[in-house]
Amino acid sequence: MTTVQPNMEVTSTRQKLLDIWETAPGLYGWLATVDHKTIGIRYLCTAFFFLVIGGIEALAMRVQLAQPDLKILSPDAYNQLFSMHGTTMMFLYALPMLSGFSNYLWPLMLGSRDMAFPRLNALSYWVFLFAGIFLYISFPLGQAPNGGWFAYVPNTSLEYDPGINMDVFALGLVFLGISTVVGSANFIVTLLRCRAPGMSVNRLPILVWGTLTASAANLLAVPAVSLACAMLWLDRRYGTHFFDVKGGGQPLLWQHLFWIFGHPWVYALVLPAMGIVSDALPVFCRRPLVGYTLVAISTVATMILGFGVWVHHMFATGLPVMSLSFFSAASFIIAIPSAIAVFAWIATIWTGKLQFTTPFLFFTGFIMLFVIGGVSGFMTASVALDWQLTDTYFIVAHLHYVLLGINVFPVVGGLHFWFPKMSGRMMDERLGKWTFWTMFIGFNAAFFPMHVTGLMGMPRRIYTYPADMGVGWLNMLSTLGAFVFAVGVFLFLINVAKSLKSGAPAGDNPWDAPTLEWATTSPPPVYNFATIPQVASRYPLWEDRLKETEERSIIGDAVRDGMVLDKGKETIGVTPLDAEPNVVLKMPGDSILPFLLSVGMTGLFFGLLAQVIWLVALGAVCEFGVLALWLTPEPHAALEEVEIHD
Amino acid sequence: MTDRTASETLPVGGSGTVSTAWWGMACLIATEAILFVYLIFSYVYLGSQQTGPWPPSGPPSLKLVIPNTVILVASSFVVAWGQSQFRQTGNSLRFALALAGTIILGSAFIIIQAFEWAGKGIVLSTSAYSSAFFILTGVHMAHVAVGLLILTMLLVWTLMGRFRGVHHEHIALGALYWHFVDVVWIVVFITAYVVPQFS
Repeated sequence: MTTVQPNMEVTSTRQKLLDIWETAPGLYGWLATVDHKTIGIRYLCTAFFFLVIGGIEALAMRVQLAQPDLKILSPDAYNQLFSMHGTTMMFLYALPMLSGFSNYLWPLMLGSRDMAFPRLNALSYWVFLFAGIFLYISFPLGQAPNGGWFAYVPNTSLEYDPGINMDVFALGLVFLGISTVVGSANFIVTLLRCRAPGMSVNRLPILVWGTLTASAANLLAVPAVSLACAMLWLDRRYGTHFFDVKGGGQPLLWQHLFWIFGHPWVYALVLPAMGIVSDALPVFCRRPLVGYTLVAISTVATMILGFGVWVHHMFATGLPVMSLSFFSAASFIIAIPSAIAVFAWIATIWTGKLQFTTPFLFFTGFIMLFVIGGVSGFMTASVALDWQLTDTYFIVAHLHYVLLGINVFPVVGGLHFWFPKMSGRMMDERLGKWTFWTMFIGFNAAFFPMHVTGLMGMPRRIYTYPADMGVGWLNMLSTLGAFVFAVGVFLFLINVAKSLKSGAPAGDNPWDAPTLEWATTSPPPVYNFATIPQVASRYPLWEDRLKETEERSIIGDAVRDGMVLDKGKETIGVTPLDAEPNVVLKMPGDSILPFLLSVGMTGLFFGLLAQVIWLVALGAVCEFGVLALWLTPEPHAALEEVEIHD
Repeated sequence: MTDRTASETLPVGGSGTVSTAWWGMACLIATEAILFVYLIFSYVYLGSQQTGPWPPSGPPSLKLVIPNTVILVASSFVVAWGQSQFRQTGNSLRFALALAGTIILGSAFIIIQAFEWAGKGIVLSTSAYSSAFFILTGVHMAHVAVGLLILTMLLVWTLMGRFRGVHHEHIALGALYWHFVDVVWIVVFITAYVVPQFS
């Protein structure tokens, strides 16, 4: 009896939760879903799509640069391509990709049923998508942003850059910034409030630390670039003088505002990716991460220091030496927390029992690229050396080692790692290893020579170079490497398509990993966990092996232990530090409002771009109406009795 | 089933820092506050790089802006009074009156500030100073306008009887946002109006 009855209740509880949580079918459900897993996968797919677009732009540039004095691209087309390449990779690929991981994984890792604000989550995706389209809208007209992703004035002022190119950039970034800030706020509140009971701050996966830190930074950094872009647009279209010397303005104000944002931003692009490695690498070393606390602290420390180094992008702008010294010192110091993380990974590998899977290769490859990118970064933190190297290909090499090395490699490794959880199927290991080696060799062939090209004096952002510089063969090597890298990305896409169709079934926990997301089925049910888990340690699924404490986490299915919460769409809210349950959170169902709000916002930004006042007004009225509906108070009970199965 | 043995009573949604909405508002205020930090940074940076006087036409007049500051600060007290009445006695009529009063004071602020702007003799595109001045006060003005929309919605919902029962968090958060807008004004006022008097 005791075995049969619970099973029946398990089934009925699951069915009940499914009825409560499931998204409506059809187009409405597609537009109205607020499920974090769907949104997370949408983020991943859209960001990957932008990676491919940005990659194609890079290949076009590499073709142009393959030999000296080529005329395949015009200087103007080249400007647009490198601007859109940078803008796409920085804004439309790198952060949204990591948001995709965190959106998908956070509630699963934290033992919750959704993010704190599911509708805001949907909003941040739709705004990201529409802002991405907005940034590309003038591309087919040959009027795409053409002032670099950093858009320095006065090069981007109306006088030197007529046309709508930079208006699209300025308004597009303000638009996209809304998505980033909304998403960041959601991550912060989710972390503070939507965890399983017992998931105290010293038990969080490092990915959570990384995304939390990045989100807090975004919340404080993004307004700087939004403001700068608004000023640029006003300068261009309404005759203000923020950056215009003739009217008493200051071009350097742009650089300050941009890099006050820009430097924390580049850390926001890498810290969650480092978190991916810190969580997933130990699985293939069959041991917990060495130095968890130090890695967590260094994640936060990197970001705090990251707010104090923006001037190292401006060493060559003629600032006072005193100020340069300060920022140079800060830039050197920031190597310390990064090195702590690197040594933690190396120690984990050193002391572990290694499994040479595809994700493991990507993560170890990442460590190597991180060290190379870190060393070249440490070099350019020196003012004297930076004066020699700034605006050369050395910097291009550095930033690609950092951004591809610390973002793309962990991301592709992470996609291999969590693909089974998302799809229920394994990816092909053999093809995966081919993918890694192709990408790794292609990447190094493309970017390592750029260090030398830069030292030989080849400037950045120039569409061609004369033959007598002697860098033709190095550029040819870079171009060949870029194409090999692209083949690697293509192999990955083939693997995804193939594995989705015919990959081996994964089971709940194919890698035998320790964290909560592996406790539920693959793919997880829409409600994630039938009962809210009770967490007792940092590695809930390895407790029997590690024997660190007497206590055991309780991750039962319905009926066995823990809170059920099946009286409606609900999850549990906890105290910020200790994760003691203190509130029942009512979660919203499907809602079309986030989509409508982002459509209204799109209208508003197109109105601003075209300077069509009625469209702006229409967008604003639409926003107000949707927000009024969104925030309307709904009646609910004051208290609820939460049943805990014993 | 007899398995269900234990239970615990928890609030639904919760109020104050127990609710997630409070934390969401805290994030919104943090990001808006830092926006004003960057606005003030821009204003001060442009001022510090000038060769001539800043503001170029001498310190701004305080004739309209001092009473206007009093009006805006008073509006915060009015909404706080209405809120406490509602919390303590459940008197939604007094709360509605307080909201209406706050809306009138906030609107008066916008109108007087518009007159103040119009009387300055400079426009957005006059100089770096005018650009910095108008974007700083203008972004604040936009926040006042959004605050007024929030207060208006609270008034509508109060009159519709939406706040009977447990929905004090909407009111608390709307009022919190309004207080934030007022506190920011004091900083903007000191930066753009008071400091130039001494330079």
